[in-house]
Amino acid sequence: MLPRRLFVSAVIFPVLNGKCEGEYVMGLDAAQLAAGINTVWVLLCAALVFFMEAGFAFLEAGFIRARNSVNIVMKVFTDCTVGMLSYWAVGFALMYGLDRAGLFGGGGFFLSGGFAHLHLKIPVYAYWLFQAAFAVAMASIVSGAVAERMKFAPYLVFTALAAGLIYPLAGHWVWGGGWLGRLGMLDYAGSAVVHAAGGWSALAAVLVLGAREGKYNRDGSINVLPAHNMHLAFLGTFILWFGWFGFNPGSSLSGLDMNIARIAMTTNLAAAAGGTAGMLLTRLKYGQADPSMAMNGALAGLVAITAGCAFVSPPAAVCIGAVAGMLVVPAVGFFDRIHADDPVGAIAVHGVNGTWGTLAVGLFAEKGGLFYGGGWHLLAVQALGVLAVSLFAFAATGTVFLVLKKTVGIRVSMREELEGLDLNEHGIPAYVGLVAGPLGEMDVEEFSDVYAPETLPRAVRQ
Amino acid sequence: MTKIECILRPGKLEDVKEVLGRFGIHGMTVSQVIGCGLQKGRTAVYRGTEYSINLLPKVKVEIVLADRLVEEVVALISDAARTGEIGDGKIFIYPVENAVRIRTGESGESAI
Repeated sequence: MLPRRLFVSAVIFPVLNGKCEGEYVMGLDAAQLAAGINTVWVLLCAALVFFMEAGFAFLEAGFIRARNSVNIVMKVFTDCTVGMLSYWAVGFALMYGLDRAGLFGGGGFFLSGGFAHLHLKIPVYAYWLFQAAFAVAMASIVSGAVAERMKFAPYLVFTALAAGLIYPLAGHWVWGGGWLGRLGMLDYAGSAVVHAAGGWSALAAVLVLGAREGKYNRDGSINVLPAHNMHLAFLGTFILWFGWFGFNPGSSLSGLDMNIARIAMTTNLAAAAGGTAGMLLTRLKYGQADPSMAMNGALAGLVAITAGCAFVSPPAAVCIGAVAGMLVVPAVGFFDRIHADDPVGAIAVHGVNGTWGTLAVGLFAEKGGLFYGGGWHLLAVQALGVLAVSLFAFAATGTVFLVLKKTVGIRVSMREELEGLDLNEHGIPAYVGLVAGPLGEMDVEEFSDVYAPETLPRAVRQ
Repeated sequence: MTKIECILRPGKLEDVKEVLGRFGIHGMTVSQVIGCGLQKGRTAVYRGTEYSINLLPKVKVEIVLADRLVEEVVALISDAARTGEIGDGKIFIYPVENAVRIRTGESGESAI
């Protein structure tokens, strides 16, 4: 026992007392230990955020029809592969290179050169991995909205541009030394940079792409194209919630920042409040708690708390999450009505609540929030910031999609869409041996040589 | 030879198979189908939009048998499958021109 106590007091005591300079223990000084803790923290959080891609994949696959579910997972996988490389080649440099005119970073392509201006306390690779996971997350937001009718090849192009250009520019403005950060905009982990940017990009994309065949009737009435696997969707939601414990607290970039515990707390409570609100609101409105809205509600809460997780109190987080859950339900209906067909609710969750979350900082931030006697200034900056990021993302993605539409075309043919993208774009169906379901949908694909299970298996009679 | 086609509730399949087995009929083709009749569908709400479910899952059992057995078998199946509620199903009876056992090549009544 004694040697361990000696070690603990020898290491922790000087760190806490700031007697770091020149204090060597076991061959390490406190600065090295700090760097080690911070590096481990950032790397672990990078892995958590990367795992959110699995969350996106399952959530989206579950929300859409079986015949397109391989395609959507391929699109998310593309974000992790093509998007990842794009961010390495170009994106990180544009986002964190030395600032030019407050608008973009001007160096560090392929992670070359130095990043001394970032004053990193951790290796640049750890920092890059964490940032890259965020970039691919932004691209994945759009994948869900364009599901079930977009060609795969143009999506590859979009992903490369989203991770390489659109997201990095927005990120530079707020985090990379650009004009919004200099104005004092607060977006701790990216309600604006990641979620509003992704969500409003998704809106631009679906407006150019058009709705799924069969979603709307000639008279404008809306058809339900139901989710094919709610279990997958819930699994995706759990994974996203889990990954958010890296997304938000990890943005401290420091394992020594004791605020990470409160950040995790506010993150978690907002999710819980959002999910509760989604369930209660649909129970009130439609007579049943809609599971898809429960999921969207929790995710909306997470999106909304992302900007202010480090700046607001836990009770404020509950308010922010609850409002988010209450916003997402009518938002889904709204986008359905304006014929912005979004199979997974990406626009309602990320666009609307990324915006709300950014504004909420102006209301609830303990230092500078309107409700805390900080006046209107922060709120005004937040509003300007989220407006700028949203408009930019909307315009940039809209332009990319319009160009792709005019050149290579972005939509599959009607026959391909009715048969399903899995078989037509990827050559393999998701499920083999599936027959008619109770909702009249015939997802009949290849029949396998397996005995069909009895409807009510019984014990063998003697 | 006659073919009988029975549209049944999925939950009644086991009971029907049991009575057929006791009667001596072991050959049948079962498919999972969806359909509607007098049994009305229902409405549900998903993401704020109401929709109707009119086609309900049923099970189709097809049996080819000798003409003299048809009346008895139809009665057996009906009794086994009946619940008294709307949605119990229907039985359709067709004449069969011929039947062939693939393994041996025999045809006619000895093939069924």
